[in-house]
Amino acid sequence: MEIYEILAWAIIGLPLASFGLQLAFGKRLPRQGDWLPTGAIWLSLILGIVLFVKVIVLEYDPHFLKQYSYLWFGGAGMMEFHFGFHIDNLTAVMVMVVTIVSALVHLFSIGYMHGEDCYDRYFAYLSLFSFSMLLLVLCDNLFVLYITWELVGVSSYLLIGFFFWKTSAANACMKAFLTTRVGDVFMFLGIMLVVREIGLLNYSKVFDAVAHGQLNGTLLTIAAVCLFGGAVGKSAQFPLHVWLPDAMEGPTPVSALIHAATMVAAGVYMVGRLFPIFSASHEAMLVIAYIGLITAFFAATIAITQTDIKRVLAYSTVSQLGYMITALGVGAFTAGLYHLMTHAFFKALLFLGSGSVIHALHSQELPDMGGLKKKLPITWATMLIATLAISGVPFFSGFGSKDAILAGALAFGMENPSHMPIFIGLWLAAGVTAFYMFRLIFLTFYGEPRVPEKFAHAHESPSVMTIPLITLAALSVLGGFGLYGGLWFNHLIVAPAAAHAAEGAAEHGGEHSEHFAHYLAMVLSIIVALSGIFLSYLVYYKKKISAESWAVKLRPLYDLSFHKYWVDEFYDKTAIRFLLWIRMVFARFDNKVIDGLVNITAPGLRGTSTFSGAWDKYVVDGLVNLLAIATQIAGAASTLIQSGVIQNYILKASLAAGAVLLLHNYIIRLFA
Amino acid sequence: MNIGIEHYLVVSIILFLLGVFIVSTRRNGIRVLMGIELILNAANLNLIAFNRFSPSASANGSVFAVFVIILAAAEAAVALAIVLAIYQQFSTVHLEEISSMKH
Repeated sequence: MEIYEILAWAIIGLPLASFGLQLAFGKRLPRQGDWLPTGAIWLSLILGIVLFVKVIVLEYDPHFLKQYSYLWFGGAGMMEFHFGFHIDNLTAVMVMVVTIVSALVHLFSIGYMHGEDCYDRYFAYLSLFSFSMLLLVLCDNLFVLYITWELVGVSSYLLIGFFFWKTSAANACMKAFLTTRVGDVFMFLGIMLVVREIGLLNYSKVFDAVAHGQLNGTLLTIAAVCLFGGAVGKSAQFPLHVWLPDAMEGPTPVSALIHAATMVAAGVYMVGRLFPIFSASHEAMLVIAYIGLITAFFAATIAITQTDIKRVLAYSTVSQLGYMITALGVGAFTAGLYHLMTHAFFKALLFLGSGSVIHALHSQELPDMGGLKKKLPITWATMLIATLAISGVPFFSGFGSKDAILAGALAFGMENPSHMPIFIGLWLAAGVTAFYMFRLIFLTFYGEPRVPEKFAHAHESPSVMTIPLITLAALSVLGGFGLYGGLWFNHLIVAPAAAHAAEGAAEHGGEHSEHFAHYLAMVLSIIVALSGIFLSYLVYYKKKISAESWAVKLRPLYDLSFHKYWVDEFYDKTAIRFLLWIRMVFARFDNKVIDGLVNITAPGLRGTSTFSGAWDKYVVDGLVNLLAIATQIAGAASTLIQSGVIQNYILKASLAAGAVLLLHNYIIRLFA
Repeated sequence: MNIGIEHYLVVSIILFLLGVFIVSTRRNGIRVLMGIELILNAANLNLIAFNRFSPSASANGSVFAVFVIILAAAEAAVALAIVLAIYQQFSTVHLEEISSMKH
């Protein structure tokens, strides 16, 4: 086995083993076994670093690819299903991101979940999630991708509903699971289309087949859009974004790990991984770009008015995922995946920071906060860094990635002027992002404490929680140095070659327009970020502009944002009501028709069963009893022969011998 | 009257049947042993008769008869010892009363 193969097995094996052990023995281990999954994921992190160093640092080859495939089942007349690893630069980066965030979240959870019920089970679920997510990024075919896709969905379901005794949490996990299922069904259809047309599941082989035109035209577009449906569900894109804000019912570290950094980014990763399929269809790429744009813009506007700190972050996540999706849609492959990485760090940090605030204050409502800067200095400093990063302030990681996405969108817009709205929408959303993120910071950490009694009890979290915050803050700054000056990320994570051959994207803009777009986008994005921050400063820090009076003046717009564009209500009135109506129709059908039929047949059945009962009792049992009685009689008769008196035996033997002598002629004739 | 082998055999079978009759009807164990002696002697008579009337000059039949007589003596000694032991154990030699192994 090669080193990469061993690493891959170990990286997925450790969390899987710790999941099994923790589930079986967690309760009986010391400290309820929290050290077991945490230790396993830290070991995975070390192996992830080894993989990263080997692939990214030592190999430093844009076309690096190692594939290991094992036949799982099938063959001999049916399709072959393989299990395997597909290790390239993107995989190495994703393994790194997932293990870092997961390891830090495990550590943070030890502090945050301290004393909760089912503490041991929580860590088992985290392990299950880590295993599924790592296999999702390591696997080499669509079949395993789909399995892990559902596995991360299940772990997300289990962790959102972790506080299952709360009705809201129970509903939220159901909503999350069912909403993403809608997308997953489309993804399954997409995979089925690929299987039907190409008959293969392995990524590289499917890409080859697509490049050779085995799947083309409308069918390719349909397949690509269906596959993208999976990403729409998992990455909470419009119109299936509704589950993500509700998923905040789960424990906050879970929100950081699953609903900010990794699982929701799986959709983006999937689009990136299957980029040759998507980029072969111009229409599919446009669908992706516009879905991403709508999501990015409208989620950002919702985030302005939300009052729950985690919901603000949830809509921010939806919006940032929209950015990544749009970037992939306009062909800015590197930028989209780079944003995935930087976003994973700073958004995980924001969630963990908000977890620290909630831990200190026992409230997640922004109106309950204020003035926490003095009480929670580390949380304040690290969250400020993350906020600067997400707002796109220069020298923080988000600047590099967001700027690259805007540059890609601008280059795409300059080439196809009719698609300029993509750039404008993203540009405005960047300003809105800076505005609402600083609103969050100002409302939480600055001003006067709004609820003094809660403020009095607030205290900085233990170091097991602040160390992950500081680590992620460092990554939120350092993560930005991957893209500047064409550093490693730019060099290594490039769109697959098939994309160039198939359809024009940003890469076709030529060196000059790309450079021009890059500098223009950089200047524009700095301007919009700073003005968003400044506006936020005026409204929420200096109070020069009253948020309340503007909310009254712009009542319809405020309501639109506050009620999240009434999307939930819309689903409630249409899809859910329709489903409930169908359910009622079926229930009625069940009650009246099916039960009726059953009731009609019941007397007949009773008659036949009475008859067969009687038959059984008298005839069958009678025969059996008869046989038994006959056997008894025969037995009793044969005991008479055995008198126990030897003289009787002698007499009988002599008589029998005499009989044989007399009759021996007949007996011999009988056998002759 | 010419005495042939048939006469010997008829006497022998009468002796044998008498022996069987005594063995299967007498209750006294000692009488049963007497019946067994009769059966053995019936067999001896047979052996001697066949020896006398066989064309060969060998004396196998007579030798067999001598063996059987010795065997009968030994058997009588052992069997009477057993009967004595039974009498000590059960205070009777009536065979149907000695049935403790039947149950």
